Amino acid sequence: MLRTLKQIARIGIISEPVSLTAAERGERDALQEKIRRIYGRALCIRHVDAGSCNGCELEIHALNNPYYNLEGYGIKFVASPRHADLLLVTGPVSRHMQDALRRTYEAVPEPKWVVALGDCGCNGGLFGCGYASAGAVSDVIPVDVTVPGCPPSPGAILSGILTLLNTPRAASVQESANQGQQPH
Amino acid sequence: MDYTRFALNPETLPGAVPVRRATVNGETLRGICTAVHESGGLLHALWGCDERDREGGYLLRVALQDDAGLLLLELPVDAAQLCFPNVADTFPAADRMQRAVHDLLGLRPQEGDTRPWLRHGSWPADCFPLRRDYAGSEPPTAEDYPFVRVTGNGVHEIAVGPVHAGTIEPGHFCFSVVGEKVLRLEERFGYAHKGIEKRFETLPLMDGQRLAARVSGDSAVAFSWAYCMALEGLCGVTPPLRALWLRALCLERERIANHLGDLGALGNDAGFAVGLAQFSRLKEDWLRTNQRAFGARYLMDALVPGGTRCDLDAAQRRDLLDALPPLTAELGVLRDIYDDHTGLQDRFTGAGCVPPALARRLGLIGLSGRASGQSWDLRCDHAHAPYDALAVHMAGRLQGDVAARVAVRFEETLESLRLCQVLLENLPGGDVRGSMPPPAGRLGIGWIEGWRGPVLVALEPGADGSIRRCHPHDPSWQNWPVIEHAVIGNIVADFPLINKSFNLSYSGQDL
Repeated sequence: MLRTLKQIARIGIISEPVSLTAAERGERDALQEKIRRIYGRALCIRHVDAGSCNGCELEIHALNNPYYNLEGYGIKFVASPRHADLLLVTGPVSRHMQDALRRTYEAVPEPKWVVALGDCGCNGGLFGCGYASAGAVSDVIPVDVTVPGCPPSPGAILSGILTLLNTPRAASVQESANQGQQPH
Repeated sequence: MDYTRFALNPETLPGAVPVRRATVNGETLRGICTAVHESGGLLHALWGCDERDREGGYLLRVALQDDAGLLLLELPVDAAQLCFPNVADTFPAADRMQRAVHDLLGLRPQEGDTRPWLRHGSWPADCFPLRRDYAGSEPPTAEDYPFVRVTGNGVHEIAVGPVHAGTIEPGHFCFSVVGEKVLRLEERFGYAHKGIEKRFETLPLMDGQRLAARVSGDSAVAFSWAYCMALEGLCGVTPPLRALWLRALCLERERIANHLGDLGALGNDAGFAVGLAQFSRLKEDWLRTNQRAFGARYLMDALVPGGTRCDLDAAQRRDLLDALPPLTAELGVLRDIYDDHTGLQDRFTGAGCVPPALARRLGLIGLSGRASGQSWDLRCDHAHAPYDALAVHMAGRLQGDVAARVAVRFEETLESLRLCQVLLENLPGGDVRGSMPPPAGRLGIGWIEGWRGPVLVALEPGADGSIRRCHPHDPSWQNWPVIEHAVIGNIVADFPLINKSFNLSYSGQDL
């Protein structure tokens, strides 16, 4: 127990203070305000592996390590699509996962978002389309933002998720939220 | 092992690892499987090929391991009969491989389980994607899978997946339980099947290592090296020594990265979140070092046929070397914390136990095998360059539980850190890439000890620099069925911990 406490104290807090310019800081604060307005306190993410090679999963795990301080942005991963605001989908969609992906999408309450992750999620990647691969995520469910990379780094994933809140759809959802017409 | 009574006359394939190839009939195939199993050998892989354009039929290939290396048996299968003798009675691990051969090629074992394995209904039961004349435009059909039902007083089922509660690959687990206790687990995979083997046949031979690296992304170096090794064997070349040492450095760095991730996740699955925070910090540091030295956090495309794409200058070498002692020290601290934590040890010890006799019977392989007394490690058994110069120490335990698999990971991480040090300090000079003449052989084999276990790539060249057939084989094929045994009698809540202690690949076996 003492050893554990000593280790925790020795390492301390390693979350990286993002060195931001005043403009960037303003943008970050605005994003956090948007998350708060659209979703209440947090943006909840459900990850779905629709047939990836598991490379993107390694970076999703990395995004949750202490360096990136994901929950500091008000973003967290949840265990059920019914608790989620956003689906983070990896892989070319295998034909065997098409149904499961559609059903998971349907289980997410409105307003909902989809981020397609990695080259495969964006366009089928090296696996392409074939007898067993349906290719891009957008061929199966609607996609709001794509994050390319093989695999995309945690930083790229995070900025992809944050980009989402600057899309026209986010603006209209925010508008409804402001008017108290959120479709829940 | 002596095969004289089978009159084999095997031919030795050129390449970096010892492979003998022989054509057999059905009776000899079964006889040799029994003999290899009785003398302590293993089945590594079983796959089929459509040879109707050449010799008028199909070919079943069975890769066995004995003391002398890999013994590759080829059984011609008549195009009218379409069946081959069952070997799953000798090697249980062959069962799912045989079912996959039927799903993809239409060849059926004469007896055994006839349920589909990789095919869920995305293509009809009478269409076979790996046949050369397959066009592939049938509409998908919905099909029920006949799980084995367990009945009795108080027995109920828990169905999990294919979409899991965490960041995990897709697969389905059907638990039959009484109260908290698992009576039976049945796995159902194939969800991540994306047609990798067919896809290989559309790529240039000199480019296939990129797809090989993505068979299972966590084993990118292992698979891309195995692919390059198979191709270099076909072309009759050996890469420059510096390239081989750099490849080994990449492979050991991949092993360390995965072990660090697993050690943290295992702590977390046993309720010790500090372990996850600490190990994921170390893993992130490790990946960032990769980024500085190789220009990428994961070494997906570091290897190319004939050598490596990357080289290290003196400053990058120094940077990599400097990162080794602090990580070694941190591992020591964290190992003491894990060892002394009674709550953690209580969860680890005895959970998901695979005793050595069961491991041998089922053919458990790789790091999980070594934690159950199965002493196989290609870096020691058939050390190819540069491992022949490194004297790798093989880790091992006999207990076969989660605690043993944790202990093996700690030992292997420390040994790999030592290997990184030796590789960096003694890196030979010279080029990192040699020339690649056109392939002269018909079949090349690559065989590499990845972090999870041995991966195998069997490669056949086609006309004009194309790939005729490529079969990548992940050790998860052999090890997944063992988890069904490991969880019997454990509580459901321990399944995530037990599963993580094996950390097998879904994509690698679904292909």
